[in-house]
Amino acid sequence: MMASTEVLLGFIDQIPVGEGRTFRVADLEIAVFHTAEGAVYATQAFCPHRQGPLADGLLGGTTLMCPLHDRTFDLRSGCGTSHEQLGLATYPTRVSDGEIWLHPVPSPAREAAE
Amino acid sequence: MSKQKLVVVGNGMAGARAVEEVLARGGAEMFDIVMFGEEPYGNYNRILLSEILNGIQDADGITMNPLSWYAENGITLHAGHRVEKIDRAAKIVISNGGVRARYDKLMIATGSRAFIPPMQGVRMEDGSLKPGVFGYRTIADCQQIVDYARRSKIAVTIGGGLLGLEAARSMTVLGCESHVVHLAGHLMEMQLDVAAGGILKKTIEGMDIRVHTSKLTTEVLGTDKVEGLRFKDGTELPCDLVLVAAGIRPNSEIGQLSGLTVERAIVVNDHMQSLDDRDIYVVGECAQHRGRLYGLVAPLYEQAKVFAEHVTRTNVNAAYHGSKLATKLKVMGVELASMGITDPTDDNDEVVQFTEPKRGTYKKLIVRDGRLVGGILMGDIGKAPFLMQAFAQDAPLPEERLSLMFDLGTPSAKVTYDEMPAETQVCNCNGVTKAGIAASVVAGASSSKAVMAQTRAGMGCGACKGEVTELVSWLLGGEVEEDPSVHYYVPTIPMRKPELMREVVARGLKSVSSVFRELGNGEVDPSAKPALASLLITVWKGEYEDERDARFINDRVHANIQKDGTFSVIPEMPGGVCTPDELVRIGQVAQKYNVPLVKLTGGQRVDLVGLKKDDLPKIWSDLGFKAGYAWGKSYRTCKSCIGTDFCRFGLGDSMGFAQRIERRYRGIDSPAKLKLATAGCPRNCSEAYVKDVGFVAVGDGKWEIYVGGAAGAHIRKGDLLFTAKDETEAMLIGSRFMQFYRENAKWKERTYTFMERIGLERVRAVVVEDSEGICADLDAAMEASIAATVDPWLEAVAPKTANQFTSVIPAKEDV
Repeated sequence: MMASTEVLLGFIDQIPVGEGRTFRVADLEIAVFHTAEGAVYATQAFCPHRQGPLADGLLGGTTLMCPLHDRTFDLRSGCGTSHEQLGLATYPTRVSDGEIWLHPVPSPAREAAE
Repeated sequence: MSKQKLVVVGNGMAGARAVEEVLARGGAEMFDIVMFGEEPYGNYNRILLSEILNGIQDADGITMNPLSWYAENGITLHAGHRVEKIDRAAKIVISNGGVRARYDKLMIATGSRAFIPPMQGVRMEDGSLKPGVFGYRTIADCQQIVDYARRSKIAVTIGGGLLGLEAARSMTVLGCESHVVHLAGHLMEMQLDVAAGGILKKTIEGMDIRVHTSKLTTEVLGTDKVEGLRFKDGTELPCDLVLVAAGIRPNSEIGQLSGLTVERAIVVNDHMQSLDDRDIYVVGECAQHRGRLYGLVAPLYEQAKVFAEHVTRTNVNAAYHGSKLATKLKVMGVELASMGITDPTDDNDEVVQFTEPKRGTYKKLIVRDGRLVGGILMGDIGKAPFLMQAFAQDAPLPEERLSLMFDLGTPSAKVTYDEMPAETQVCNCNGVTKAGIAASVVAGASSSKAVMAQTRAGMGCGACKGEVTELVSWLLGGEVEEDPSVHYYVPTIPMRKPELMREVVARGLKSVSSVFRELGNGEVDPSAKPALASLLITVWKGEYEDERDARFINDRVHANIQKDGTFSVIPEMPGGVCTPDELVRIGQVAQKYNVPLVKLTGGQRVDLVGLKKDDLPKIWSDLGFKAGYAWGKSYRTCKSCIGTDFCRFGLGDSMGFAQRIERRYRGIDSPAKLKLATAGCPRNCSEAYVKDVGFVAVGDGKWEIYVGGAAGAHIRKGDLLFTAKDETEAMLIGSRFMQFYRENAKWKERTYTFMERIGLERVRAVVVEDSEGICADLDAAMEASIAATVDPWLEAVAPKTANQFTSVIPAKEDV
């Protein structure tokens, strides 16, 4: 059973700026993104549409585009921006001394912003 | 309030569609839905049965609602159960398998079956069809026919309607001598007049199918299996397979058994309810509405909608008023549109007609009081959308009758789409209009596939797929004048491509981030990043500042991402030629990495599919090949035929030329993929006529250069740009064309759209006649781009970014 305490993922420079990488915490895979603005966001690893690997997607600001069928999401909320009914579970993260910490309890997948 | 029970008898196109319509209206909240289907599958597209016969598709390929769909929507499906009895008093249906289901509302959509006309000897003593005689209505029928046809020499199809003709075509594909026997004096008499039927007959005979019209079959010969047919005129035709496509009969027995009013089919009111029982609805071919039966899919779908609105009470006034029959179809590759009457029935009817028998073109319109009451278009059906719309709406026609048949002075499809009224129905099967398709594109659908999935346009008979695709590409290509942003190279930077290129040069912007910073509005659209990267590479060549986050995943790991997140690797193989050693090496690598699929590509190379990202660098090192660039918006490959080395017909060294092309252009980025081919003679074995750039040897060392060809979702023969006197000149002109395209095409605009947008004359003027004085610049730019390319697979030993090829990174401090 996964503890609900924070987990140290690794150093922020393991993720190139503007890209994402998939991390594994216990048996859970999580996509972690390092935006051009220097922020870090974490979401479920696979697209709710057809299970595209989200860490391989394209980032623009906080918008993520899945590599398979161009579905887009807002990393801050997990909300789908191209298809409102699709949403991502997100994980709280923080960066301290160049290290990424993640709280491995997801905020539920959300649908369109209210 | 507890849910009501909705039972649907029949799981064909009408039944399943009706349930979809119910679900779309929140029906899942209102009803527990139970469906019965006689066939053991989900719902499939019966219109495409001929594709099963000729092997283009398997059963999965024509399935519209797989069994999983029923489960996902909470529908209980009893597949393989025929309902035998409706106990209206108890409100229960009972299947032949003994399943009983109680209903509050019942819907009957039992469809129809193949009509077997009375013929002596057609049945055995036990009532079954004589071995070798087949109806043609279900997947099971098709499977049996295919098996039997493999053992048969001569196949006869009885019935020269749409179904019969498609079946007859399939018989030739299955290797049989194929005949069509038709009762009427001309083919497809429901849709065509005598003249059109005659032209169609000629076209079909050209496909090696023998057509016998005005023939009434009276007897099926043979004692224990089919040996021939005898006709009323006394003649006989030996054969070993008989396919009966002589019309359909509604499955309305269930109505009779249940005490419902049945005439030719079960009689319904405008709400699609049985006259005798308001809790029983009937939809589709088994329903008779205002004295008429409908067998086309579009009316069925209209009925399904009325039923759904009524039964869910989303519109208690929903009513069906009958359909005007207009249909667009493709029979044996011949495009055809037919609406209303086929011959004038009133002295004052005005007939407008055009015939060009040699090309199989026939157009005939019947106009009454300035309105269209009938029409036939064959061969060229470009005006069909407009005419079918006018017919359906009973709209007044333009005085200039000629313009009804031809697009005068409007050669390109663009103008036609521009003019097409928003409410014009593009897909008749699913009732999707131009406006519906446009709305889907505006909502973000970026491919015709996405539009089709969303709107279901093109998902019925499929005849309109081409039109939907063209319309979508037109909408995406953006020639709409009202909104200037459609011309922008990327949405957030208000500049067209040439302007943007000048600006990045003037400001010295060499990276994608700098372009966004200096020219953007603060918003970074992820889909714009690869577009800008492509443009900057073309502009700056070796000086481009590569920011990997701006590239699509394929360009970050130099492989092609697959649906499951794995990648494919295609080594370079110029001209489709390799040494035995190289082939062995590819095989060894495939073994070593347990490659799930080794596939020859359309570009004459070997594709290793299903590889883990982590393995890519090792695989490249082990292969020892250069990258094949099969993942990118770039020069891809150059196919070739065997040319002069071994071929008896070769006129030019296509193989050597293709290799020289590949070694020159490999790795050249471009707005969309560039697929090339060289053909050693006009037999075109390497398909050079339908490539982005194709070279065809025509003798005396000359090469014809074709550009803008396509043979994918869009099919277009390339335009003959120039005939070069030798290979050197061919290479030069081809190169110039590609550079002109690189600098002027929109992002993801393939050469076939580019050529239609720019026009052959202008392209030829620029790259052949140097009308703008830029040929030297184009040549120099291409040389510089070639000099700047680096094999990206060298990153195997020198990764460019952190964890570039790592699929999963373990957390440092796990729990």
